[in-house]
Amino acid sequence: MALLITEYRSHRLDSLRSTLSVVIDPIKYLIDLPSVLIEEAAYSISSYSALKTENAHLRDEQFIDKTRLLKFDSLEKENIRLRALLENSFKLGEQLLIAELLSINMAPYEHVVAVNKGTRFGVHPQQPVLDANGVVGQVFRALPFSSEIMLITDPNHAIPVQVNRNGLLTIAVGSGQLNRLNLPFLPNNADIRPGDLLITSGLGGTFPSGYPVAVVDDFTPITSKPFVNITATPKAMLDRNRELLIVWSDSSPVSLTTKPTAETVNNPSADSVLTRKVPAAKAGTASDE
Amino acid sequence: MNNYSGFGRIIVTIVVAMCLRIAPWPGFLININPDWVLLALIYWTIAVPERVGIFHAWTIGLLTDVLTGRVLGQYALTYSLIIYICLLLHKRLRQFPLPQQSLFIFFCLLFIQILLFWLNNIQHQSQLHASFWLPVFTGTLCWPFIYTALRRVRLSRRAK
Repeated sequence: MALLITEYRSHRLDSLRSTLSVVIDPIKYLIDLPSVLIEEAAYSISSYSALKTENAHLRDEQFIDKTRLLKFDSLEKENIRLRALLENSFKLGEQLLIAELLSINMAPYEHVVAVNKGTRFGVHPQQPVLDANGVVGQVFRALPFSSEIMLITDPNHAIPVQVNRNGLLTIAVGSGQLNRLNLPFLPNNADIRPGDLLITSGLGGTFPSGYPVAVVDDFTPITSKPFVNITATPKAMLDRNRELLIVWSDSSPVSLTTKPTAETVNNPSADSVLTRKVPAAKAGTASDE
Repeated sequence: MNNYSGFGRIIVTIVVAMCLRIAPWPGFLININPDWVLLALIYWTIAVPERVGIFHAWTIGLLTDVLTGRVLGQYALTYSLIIYICLLLHKRLRQFPLPQQSLFIFFCLLFIQILLFWLNNIQHQSQLHASFWLPVFTGTLCWPFIYTALRRVRLSRRAK
């Protein structure tokens, strides 16, 4: 019996766990059933006019979002071009999967939740999980029909972040409270102030860079200690959302400067900045690998 | 004691206990949610020791591990230890009045919680809240109700 505990470390028992979970997962869904039914009932008895106003509201929102996205395409291209100038590589877009939270409580004192998508949908451990407002956490364990997600506020979770205003890099550690993150690794003279937005830095490879994580809300320098006490509030609605997004991001950055190379082959006379920089950029990525 | 079809009832009660275990209790109740699965197991061991043994405890413990996302084997180990003690003492436990039984349950739950605390600490340095120990007390308080409820389940089978 104690052997099981030691053998856990080698991940050899993962297959056993997924087989057992096939037996046990119906219980999770059974417990989740009442909340689903209540939601369904509330939806089916909501009045026609309420639905109509909601529909109009959503249409407006979509219209605004679409107009905002108009510029996004050209900005993305510009970004790629600028990165090519800097001999940098660019990360390709991410793929998303909507997963629904199962309203069950796995273990108190741990911020681990279960969602209804598992390895059947290609979910694998260490995938980042987002909601509409920011980073929620990462997939901690993927089972065939469900998976467990560790929230960023779990005391055992840490996420590499960066201050959006000045690019200051640090690590945000979960505090065990749903509305608080700690930033324990910044010196007393760090350039950070309440209201600063923290975004994922992309270091560490688990989380793609650029997603909002939290907003700094308290900064108290302690002169007697080398590190300052900073707390932040997560942007994601950790205790309110039922729908989460599981993200597939390419772990290895893809150099988008390969396209211009094709052009250079076709017409070697072209002498844009892009084409001239391409060999250097390629060499840069190769040496990185 | 007739030895047929009793297993179905045991399984149903264990499944119900598992449901109670992971049910999203509102607010403060989450912290004091007792270990229903273990309490049901203890009852069945005391009542029908020829049906429920250490192997069953181990299997159910393993399933509970998967259910609550623990390290595989954590509950399997602790449940089998407790059920072993209950099997040794079941004749005496049956004679105890309910308060005395509850006292025994209290020490069982305390023992299991200490074991879990220790196992958690081996895995990673865990800072636990004082309310980590509350399920021990609520479990003890729940025992008389579980005992009478499960006794009714068992006897209704016998009456058939």
